[in-house]
Amino acid sequence: MTEEQMIAAAPEGLAEELPPNPVEQFLRSERMPHIWCPGCGIGTTVNCFSRALLQSKLDLNKVAVVSGIGCTGRVAGYVNLDSFHTTHGRAIPFATGMKLANPDLTVVVYSGDGDLISIGGNHFIHAARRNVDVKVICINNFTYGMTGGQLAPTTPVTAISSTTPYGCYEQPFNLANLAESAGAVYVARWTTYHVRQLTHSIGEALRKKGFTFIEIVSQCPTLYERRNKIGDGLDMMEYFKEASVVKHGAATREVGIGFQGPIVVGKFVDIERPTFLDLMDKQMTRTLDAHYTGSVVEQNVRG
Amino acid sequence: MKRTHADPAGVLTGTHFLDGDQACCEGALASGCRFAAGYPITPSTEIVERFAQRVPQIGGMFLQMEDELAASIALQGAVWAGAKSFTVTSGPGFSLMMEHIGYAAMTETPCVFVNVQRGGPSTGLPTLPAQADMMQARWGSHGDYQIIALCPNSPQECFDLTVHAFNLSEQYRVPVLVMMDECVGHMTEKVVIPPAEKIEVYPRRYTTLPPNEYQAFKAEDDLVPQFARAGEGYHFHVTGLTHDEHGYPSMNVETQHRLVTRLIDKIRRNADAMARNEEYRLDDADVVVIAYGITARVAMRAVQMAREQGVRAGLLRPMVVWPFPEKRLRELAARNGFAGLVVAELNCGQVFYEVERLVAGRVPVLLEPHTGGTVHRPEQILDAILKCSAPRPAGTPALQEVSR
Repeated sequence: MTEEQMIAAAPEGLAEELPPNPVEQFLRSERMPHIWCPGCGIGTTVNCFSRALLQSKLDLNKVAVVSGIGCTGRVAGYVNLDSFHTTHGRAIPFATGMKLANPDLTVVVYSGDGDLISIGGNHFIHAARRNVDVKVICINNFTYGMTGGQLAPTTPVTAISSTTPYGCYEQPFNLANLAESAGAVYVARWTTYHVRQLTHSIGEALRKKGFTFIEIVSQCPTLYERRNKIGDGLDMMEYFKEASVVKHGAATREVGIGFQGPIVVGKFVDIERPTFLDLMDKQMTRTLDAHYTGSVVEQNVRG
Repeated sequence: MKRTHADPAGVLTGTHFLDGDQACCEGALASGCRFAAGYPITPSTEIVERFAQRVPQIGGMFLQMEDELAASIALQGAVWAGAKSFTVTSGPGFSLMMEHIGYAAMTETPCVFVNVQRGGPSTGLPTLPAQADMMQARWGSHGDYQIIALCPNSPQECFDLTVHAFNLSEQYRVPVLVMMDECVGHMTEKVVIPPAEKIEVYPRRYTTLPPNEYQAFKAEDDLVPQFARAGEGYHFHVTGLTHDEHGYPSMNVETQHRLVTRLIDKIRRNADAMARNEEYRLDDADVVVIAYGITARVAMRAVQMAREQGVRAGLLRPMVVWPFPEKRLRELAARNGFAGLVVAELNCGQVFYEVERLVAGRVPVLLEPHTGGTVHRPEQILDAILKCSAPRPAGTPALQEVSR
């Protein structure tokens, strides 16, 4: 049935009876349909993100989303906020500049594992070290989807990718452990199956000051699942459901993910540490005293 | 667009004894730049060292990033948050920044990149001068685009042209490159910083439209769109992908053609309006030396020596090298009895090729190259002037062929 036929077949007045979709206001509906494949997990995460924003009561005019390149990099283009689709791997330093120049903004980095951890890996660890107040949401689908399913720094050992046709033999990064080691104050992992928990976690991260990191294990039916003969999007959701073990506070060094192995999910890290700007203000005030004019660049520019 | 004057908080009015790097920093501060992101590299580091010392006392910050890739995009994040922002680097760092110069050109992000040029390729001569990044400045990022590049030849001009660079970046919404060289960066001279009210500052082109009428990349009559910053309710989108007037990705031939043509035309069409040349003894010159940055100071002496020998030499020194002052060059080359042009630069031929292209064989163009590490001797440039001015019997090969 075509879309037109479906509309024609619908009982009269149904459209008026349907309550508005609460996340629609967060989306650029004029840009639909999106580019993501049927069964892809990214859309699910955008839904969770939108609901978390709704619940957060943040002023949406003060929320900016920054993405890099790749399938997840396209999130910025679909959210109805100030949004920046930057270069490959550089969403975090762009977000760093934006947040420090205008600390009133809530700056969310929304990108994929290849973008954030491979080409952008250096920026990731340094932003965590500095504890810059940006909210990093990382979709980990174990592969480079946009370019056709190549080896990622997250591809599990033995998994097939287009550039490891005989199986991956590199040890992948354990993202949660990397984030914690580098200094992130909030680290959580969920899968696209855990929509409620994920929404809750994103809400927590939005309220938390400092460098927060949420890894979302997601499916890529077109490339990762198909190439590894592990089914479609739904099969992967079933795997996520069966293989996930909730362990809040788990030691991050023990949460690495093997090929189709168990996935430890939960909130692993939630600590307090002064942010980059807190420390800068403190040190500058100590040294410069009354000569220190404060860190809010943007106020000056507006003046 | 009305011009305003500088915020006095950033202007160190007075007469100073500064090197070019320090003067460049003062130029940025006088322009209202309150955010810099950088990564240390000789011979540019002194610019941000001074910035890091000065700016916390006037409401801004220096952010030392983990590498040049990060620095060159962090500054753009700051711009979209409302700051005026720049970064400084030299050869190897400049190479790493190329992708983000292209991003700034594509997203029409007003910002300034300073390159204190040193000898290359690769690590080359970290502490010694060259002017061998001029073509990289023009074309170094992938794809078709136009930038503006300025070349100061003194600490005073490092101040003046850095202010000018920020103004041009705001006016045209384009990355502007201040192409210094190690000599100019490290030479110390008198620098006069005027009172704030004498320093013109081109304000950001903030939109006056309400959010529902605003289109982030819809150009005005001069081909430049109005700017919105994050946090003001415009909910706009910025992407390095080919985009339509809303800023939304639109990958098709028509959008690509419209966008890229506009990005190029907004600069090219204004090449003559932007031109800023120093002209020395051009009135009756029939040999003209073209030189920029430190080399122009040597060339000035060579022109004087030629005049002492009765040769009618002159100097054309573009301060805005890209876009090149085409009109002025063509006027000179079209003079009756014009003997030729000498291009002296600290490279093996970069601006030379642009000059050669522009005069298209109508007059001889002689390159006086130098691989860098020091500057030319005036005698070298003088020799080229004399060669150029010497009468040539019919049938002699063109001078540019002889010179290589």
